[in-house]
Amino acid sequence: MTMAQKKWLFYALIIAFTLFAPFIFPAFRTQLATLWLMIIVAVTWDMTGGQMGYNSLGNIFFYGTGMYVAAVVTIGLVYDVGEYTGAAGGGKYAFTDAQYFTGLVLGTIAAGVFCALSALVLGYVLFGLRGPYFAIGTLGVAIAAGELVSNWDWVGGGQGIALPVFPGDFDSAKLFIYYLFAGTGVVLFIFVKWLYATRFGAAINAIRDDEEKAEAMGLHTLMYKLMTWAMSAFFVGVAGAISAFQLIHFEPLETAYQTINLGIFMVVCVLLGGKGTLWGPVIGAILFHIFKEVTWNYFLGWQWVALGALIVITVVYFQDGLMGWLQHRKPEWFGMRVEKRDRLAQEASE
Amino acid sequence: MSTIIDVSHVSKTFGGVVANKNISLTVEKGAITGLIGPNGSGKTTLFNSIVGYHPIDAGSIKYEGREISAMLVPEIARLGLLRTFQQTRIYGAMNCVENMLISMPHRKMRFLDAFRRNSRQDRERAEHLLEFVGLYEKRLLRSGSLSFGQQKLLEFAMALMNEPTVLLLDEPTAGINPTLINGLIDRLIKANTEFGITLLIIEHNMRVIMNMAETIYCLAHGELLAAGTAEEIQNNQSVIDAYLGAH
Repeated sequence: MTMAQKKWLFYALIIAFTLFAPFIFPAFRTQLATLWLMIIVAVTWDMTGGQMGYNSLGNIFFYGTGMYVAAVVTIGLVYDVGEYTGAAGGGKYAFTDAQYFTGLVLGTIAAGVFCALSALVLGYVLFGLRGPYFAIGTLGVAIAAGELVSNWDWVGGGQGIALPVFPGDFDSAKLFIYYLFAGTGVVLFIFVKWLYATRFGAAINAIRDDEEKAEAMGLHTLMYKLMTWAMSAFFVGVAGAISAFQLIHFEPLETAYQTINLGIFMVVCVLLGGKGTLWGPVIGAILFHIFKEVTWNYFLGWQWVALGALIVITVVYFQDGLMGWLQHRKPEWFGMRVEKRDRLAQEASE
Repeated sequence: MSTIIDVSHVSKTFGGVVANKNISLTVEKGAITGLIGPNGSGKTTLFNSIVGYHPIDAGSIKYEGREISAMLVPEIARLGLLRTFQQTRIYGAMNCVENMLISMPHRKMRFLDAFRRNSRQDRERAEHLLEFVGLYEKRLLRSGSLSFGQQKLLEFAMALMNEPTVLLLDEPTAGINPTLINGLIDRLIKANTEFGITLLIIEHNMRVIMNMAETIYCLAHGELLAAGTAEEIQNNQSVIDAYLGAH
């Protein structure tokens, strides 16, 4: 079997597993859906953090905003949003099947587009910041957004907002949400795999390695940075929208703009798997999700300690993550060539 | 010949330090112009002013007749006015060919070109230029693993890949093995004669600059001390004094 055939077989197996996983593990449908959510937020985080060198701690802003945009669009298409949230479930607000699915499609698209546009606006201001300042600046945006939304009565304030329920039984709702997440994840993966192979991918790598040099060579650095963050924000917004339909009811601080949970988890996933690699965020998300579920189930009470220990160990001993560590050990697997002399020197220094 | 860069009465201070004071010089299209001066005389500051790294305090800088002193670095680079760095700057994690491909002239690209892969012609051109500077054998190595001198050659090749009209070189031979310097001089001259690139070169190695540049400007203490041909500069008493430390 040639290398190319092996590759196709590998991808075919993944697709097959993606399609049948909820039937192989019917008890874990929600877990599998959440796994795809982790993969989506990790891969999108890596677009700016790993490939472009801009570590955002505020990508959760797009997740929360995506949730709210989807909710407002879905409800707003049928009822007055202010009256709907004011009644807090007290009024009679029924949705037909058609209204549900129209809201789902339009709301999800609107969430992606709105988040992409807000990334352009925010990026215009925030990309003036470098390194840790960018990280803190973006974190500030996410925290501020959560506080603002929790005081905005029109969208339900601190109580949050409720979406219509999936028209069907409980199991098919789970299955439906799983396929939405998985579909988005697969599209995202194909998209970044293509993007990183184009000149665009090379340009954002150049910005990561030496932005000043990239500017001196005439690259439209700001344009690349804005576009990358906007593409990333689009997918996070879509994922947020799907989460909104999955959770049905959500509130701003703990669910939508959950900076210390999902907002940090996505970074940990990428660090674990390897920044700036295609597969690193995916593998990191899988490992992290398993780790999280195991500790949250079997070591309850110690789960945050275990998570903290995982972060410390990753940051101290595996700074390049799993893929980075492999790349370092087996560069030829990644199509890189190292002179024998350099290899020997490297091994001697270890 | 026509003037391509026209620096007139440029001053730049950093706090109380006067780095450039009322400097005027011109670079002729298609020529090799030299810029010399003792350490700390303001050569690199002038370079940085020309390519837009910092705003100037007074004076004007014109490129092809157009005022560029208020423009940003990438904008100026896209006009075809490119610089290399004294401390080489390459993308250390990428291999040499990738370094070359990222240096494609972005000013000649349309928006959608960014979403294409590099063509075989681009790759061939990159390899051809790597061969030109003598790095073909090392093209697939991680550029960060190259020696300083080789990185310098790579940076020069990257600049050529960008098809600049004018290239500002900040000490191209510094840190390069003396036996390689002659080869580099040949390549710089070829870049000028064969590729038609106008060169403005900061250089400490007098043998190098005297052999290449038609016109040489000498700075000292932030001021323009002398200008002329290699011979005129060599015989100028104030230039000799500046280098030997007399005031």
